[in-house]
Amino acid sequence: MNYIGIDIGSTAAKVTVFNDNALVDNYALPTGWSSVETAKAIRTRLEKGGVDLSSSKVVATGYGRISVPYADKTVTEITCHGAGTTYLFGKNATVIDIGGQDTKIITLVDGKVADFVMNDKCAAGTGKFLELMSNTLGVGIEELARMALEGENIAITSMCTVFAESEVISLIGAGTKRESIARGIVNSITGRVYALLHKHGAKDPVFLTGGLCEIEPFVHLLSEKIGTPVKTNSMARYAGSIGAALIAMKI
Amino acid sequence: MRPIVMEEVEALRGVNSVKVKEAHEQGRKIVGMYCIFSPSEIALAADAISVSLCGTSQDPIEEAEKELPRNLCPLIKSSYGFAITDKCPYFYFSDVLLAETTCDGKKKMYELMGKLKPMHVMNLPQTANDEDSLEFWKREMVKFKGFLENQFNTKITDEKLRDAIRLMNRERNVMKRLHKLNAHKPAPLAGTDMMKAQWLKGFNVDKEAGIELIERLIAEVEDRVEKGIYAFDEKAPRILLTGTPIGVGSDKVLKALEEAGASVVAFENCTGYKGLDVMVDEDKDPITALAEKYLSTPCSCMTNNNGRLDLIRRMVDEYKVDGVVDLTWQACHTYNIESYTVKKFVQEELGLPFIQIETDYSDSDTGQVKVRVEAFLETLDSRSLV
Repeated sequence: MNYIGIDIGSTAAKVTVFNDNALVDNYALPTGWSSVETAKAIRTRLEKGGVDLSSSKVVATGYGRISVPYADKTVTEITCHGAGTTYLFGKNATVIDIGGQDTKIITLVDGKVADFVMNDKCAAGTGKFLELMSNTLGVGIEELARMALEGENIAITSMCTVFAESEVISLIGAGTKRESIARGIVNSITGRVYALLHKHGAKDPVFLTGGLCEIEPFVHLLSEKIGTPVKTNSMARYAGSIGAALIAMKI
Repeated sequence: MRPIVMEEVEALRGVNSVKVKEAHEQGRKIVGMYCIFSPSEIALAADAISVSLCGTSQDPIEEAEKELPRNLCPLIKSSYGFAITDKCPYFYFSDVLLAETTCDGKKKMYELMGKLKPMHVMNLPQTANDEDSLEFWKREMVKFKGFLENQFNTKITDEKLRDAIRLMNRERNVMKRLHKLNAHKPAPLAGTDMMKAQWLKGFNVDKEAGIELIERLIAEVEDRVEKGIYAFDEKAPRILLTGTPIGVGSDKVLKALEEAGASVVAFENCTGYKGLDVMVDEDKDPITALAEKYLSTPCSCMTNNNGRLDLIRRMVDEYKVDGVVDLTWQACHTYNIESYTVKKFVQEELGLPFIQIETDYSDSDTGQVKVRVEAFLETLDSRSLV
């Protein structure tokens, strides 16, 4: 029997397929403008891969969770990231999930979400901020994070993404090194995460999920900022869809 | 299915705005108020009508922002917006306004609003915990009484004050009984209906008719309990909603909670149970009794506000609560800061799940609010995830 987790986020959609207890497939595709279309594309890809949806259990999560008509159940990404982290890492952790439009801190105790906090309705401190700023600098996110390691430790002071962009443009105009601007951009994210994490209450170990988990320089700078080594895993960007698939097993 | 009397309760919205106009045309004096620190009794004793003023809708905020800063709490902006746009019939027909120096935002907004109509501002002490504050607040009661006597050219006697105290206590008592119906598990009344009944009561022009209506609602709900008809089933998580006031138009978090399957059974806010907990002592000197009652309001504008924690503890117990949701309006410093204290208290002392939701009146974050609410309810599920 197949258990499928579908996590449709604001930027990327992630899919996980379990065959009984074995994780057999993880993949991601861009969400694009319509999560309904994304859900259709996922269905086609699942069926091409030999998954019979009528005999599978499907749990959808993420902002697009209501756009998956073939889901048996919808669960929020908070619960799914908790379940996914339990699978990938362990039952006790403070999870940092940096998503496309939300950053979340989740306290996991004995495999259960004990508490969580999300950023307010603003792109500051989210993946979207990083994406927009790397566009302004004309590099990819990976390149930006690598450059940041070599830059001076400057601060981008504007919280607002739009104002921060003007600030970056001013810094470019003033001849500040691109590496230092990149560092300032990363500092802006890690600083927001730091504040959110400490207001919430951080307990070791800290585990990072979401699309930034594979960007090693970012994980390094985040660990430095929050003062504790951030653990992650190459599959951590699928934590939400893995969690959703695991919850599907319980239906 | 909802109690049938709820339709009559909802109809009050239209009925009251007509009644306030009629009262005005008959030459009745109307005192408009915003806050549960406002002693309605003194207005009633001046043979005036006391009404709540509008401030729970997003609609007039755009207009208000022409004069007020954008990053101000929506309740203040909405109240002011209604006042300057003449869209609130209760404001329009008020002869005088009563305001209090609760938070800084309100205090400064009242300076602008006071230019629109005769307004009396009662100075609230910053703390409720000492004898000096009570003496100070008593003098404020006397000043307000003097203001109304002067404005309406009348004499407020102790006898009239006592009558008004008895009437308001009866109204508080009937609302208190209504709230306590939801201590029953499962809750017989939806939280959205409870909120509406309480909110609409504020605009009541005829207090006796209002009391009679709520009596009938209670009778119907009690009858339904006997028949086993409830608003939610036994398994619905029971939520205590605390924090800033809500009304129709600023109830998105309450709605999101109940749409996600929770039963909001208790309201520890000033549009809920907060003002009903303590009655006015009917035996004491009326001014002292009023000062004591109103100063006991556990509002976040007081320092400290430990009375709120005590009230939350008692309500959590009485209403068999599974989780606490603290709603705070953006830019409401007092409630936002106090949320940290409430969180620690609820999680550590009461051992219950807690979430703070900070938002405004707009629909711009409906998706985010839904995620927070649903995820919070998922955490109440005692089963382990995997």
